[in-house]
Amino acid sequence: MKPSAFEYVRATSVDDAISALSQHGDEARLLAGGQSLIAMMNTRLAEPKVLVDIGRLSDLSYIRVDGDALSIGALTTHNTVLQSAEVAAHCPLVSAAYANVAHHTVRNRGTLGGNLCHNDPASEMPLVASLLDAELVLRGSGGERRVAAEDFFVDTFHTAAHADEILTEIRFARQGAGEGWAFEVVSQLKGDYAIVAAGCRFAMVDGVCRGVRLGFVGAGPAIKRVAAAETALEGQPVNGATIAAVAEAAVGAVDPHADMHADVQYKLDLVQALSERVLKQAASRAV
Amino acid sequence: MAKMPVSITVNGQRYEREVDPRLLLSDFIRHEIGLTGTHVGCENGACGVCAVLINGKTGLSCLAFAVQCDGDEIETIESLGTPSDLHPIQEAFWENHGLQCGFCTPAMVLTAHELLSRNASPSRAEIIEAIGGNLCRCTGYQTIVDSIEQAAEQMRAGKEEAA
Ligand SMILES: Cc1cc2nc3c(=O)[nH]c(=O)nc-3n(C[C@H](O)[C@H](O)[C@H](O)COP(=O)(O)OP(=O)(O)OC[C@H]3O[C@@H](n4cnc5c(N)ncnc54)[C@H](O)[C@@H]3O)c2cc1C
Ligand code: FES
Ligand code: FES
Repeated sequence: MKPSAFEYVRATSVDDAISALSQHGDEARLLAGGQSLIAMMNTRLAEPKVLVDIGRLSDLSYIRVDGDALSIGALTTHNTVLQSAEVAAHCPLVSAAYANVAHHTVRNRGTLGGNLCHNDPASEMPLVASLLDAELVLRGSGGERRVAAEDFFVDTFHTAAHADEILTEIRFARQGAGEGWAFEVVSQLKGDYAIVAAGCRFAMVDGVCRGVRLGFVGAGPAIKRVAAAETALEGQPVNGATIAAVAEAAVGAVDPHADMHADVQYKLDLVQALSERVLKQAASRAV
Repeated sequence: MAKMPVSITVNGQRYEREVDPRLLLSDFIRHEIGLTGTHVGCENGACGVCAVLINGKTGLSCLAFAVQCDGDEIETIESLGTPSDLHPIQEAFWENHGLQCGFCTPAMVLTAHELLSRNASPSRAEIIEAIGGNLCRCTGYQTIVDSIEQAAEQMRAGKEEAA
């Protein structure tokens, strides 16, 4: 048997899970779809003493429009989000990015909440949550709180969730009608983790971009939105000169690390190329 | 750690066992029940050869614990056809050279089975998307996609005949 031994607790409700977490402290880990955690346990990168399985909490699996937000339960599987017409209608950026998250079989079990809490630096959805000003709803022994995506993703494999807290819901801001948006990924194989990905959105008002959100995956351990690149486009039209300025600002601000897939220069080239690609595509969608 | 009781239905038969919580579903299927059609390669999600159907949907049996699957219905390759009476998907793999060494085949066939149960006429692109997580070191994939295309055709024809 590959993982080290642990005690298994199947939670019957969110409160049940919170009390198990409070009881076992740092020794316990939540288990959702298991598509990241069990892989880490099989290689003993993770050796929790207690696993609290929340995989059956079906009341945390839902997708609903809630005023200006699209609310998705943390236990909603990747494939459920990807196939949802509601998600495609209100947050097309989520659907477009999700098409690149893992492979079909992994998507059957992996969950949105597990993906965000895992916070792999090569993962698409943490960036999407930042671009869509998402709020993450956390419940723990101290009650419920909401954390903005900007504050939630602290560092590689590290989030603002406390050890006794469960992410219950993700509230994405609904995209405005006619806004420009795009998401592009370069990976070795579709469904593998991104080498570099880029996403952006903005409103086109009187021919210039407003409310610009632009960011990257794979461009640095804790880098998501890149303020310098956003500023370079704010209040500007999308044309050859502004695209070049945005790409230059992005390349100057990111800090990619070499890995087995690509060296630093290759990743910088991807930041440049993907900046251009997402801006052109977003501009063609904006009305 | 104390063993835990589980009751898991595999290919229509219920199995009750006492297992270590850390026993993977793949090892439960292979070692506890003795069904070795489910193969194991990387044991961390990367190769796809261990896929089985969990409540009708493909799942990697190396990324699930048996205790997590208590009460679930699992189908393995042994539930599809027999050597003398192949399932149409198996027949199509045979006819189209959809396998060479056969290591990836059980998971490929089950993944195709899930795809065809929700989409009777998948495009080539949809087939490639469905088997995206299944590695094959032998065939180069084209004959696998051919096999699944032909299986879809034959299964549609079979349904029309039955109607
Ligand atoms: C072959 C393969 C390819 C993949 N490719 C990609 C890819 O391209 N892009 C990508 O983004 N991901 C990819 N993944 C990872 C996949 O998306 C996982 O599903 C996801 O990262 C984790 O979700 P999960 O539900 O399986 O969580 P688990 O593995 O169960 O948990 C992950 C972590 O989150 C914690 N956690 C889970 N749920 C909660 C919650 N509700 N509240 C608080 N903490 C929680 C757990 O304690 C654990 O630390 C891939 C995985 C595999 C095996
Ligand atoms: S053995 Fe399960 S994915 Fe490789
Ligand atoms: S037939 Fe040998 S790995 Fe696919």
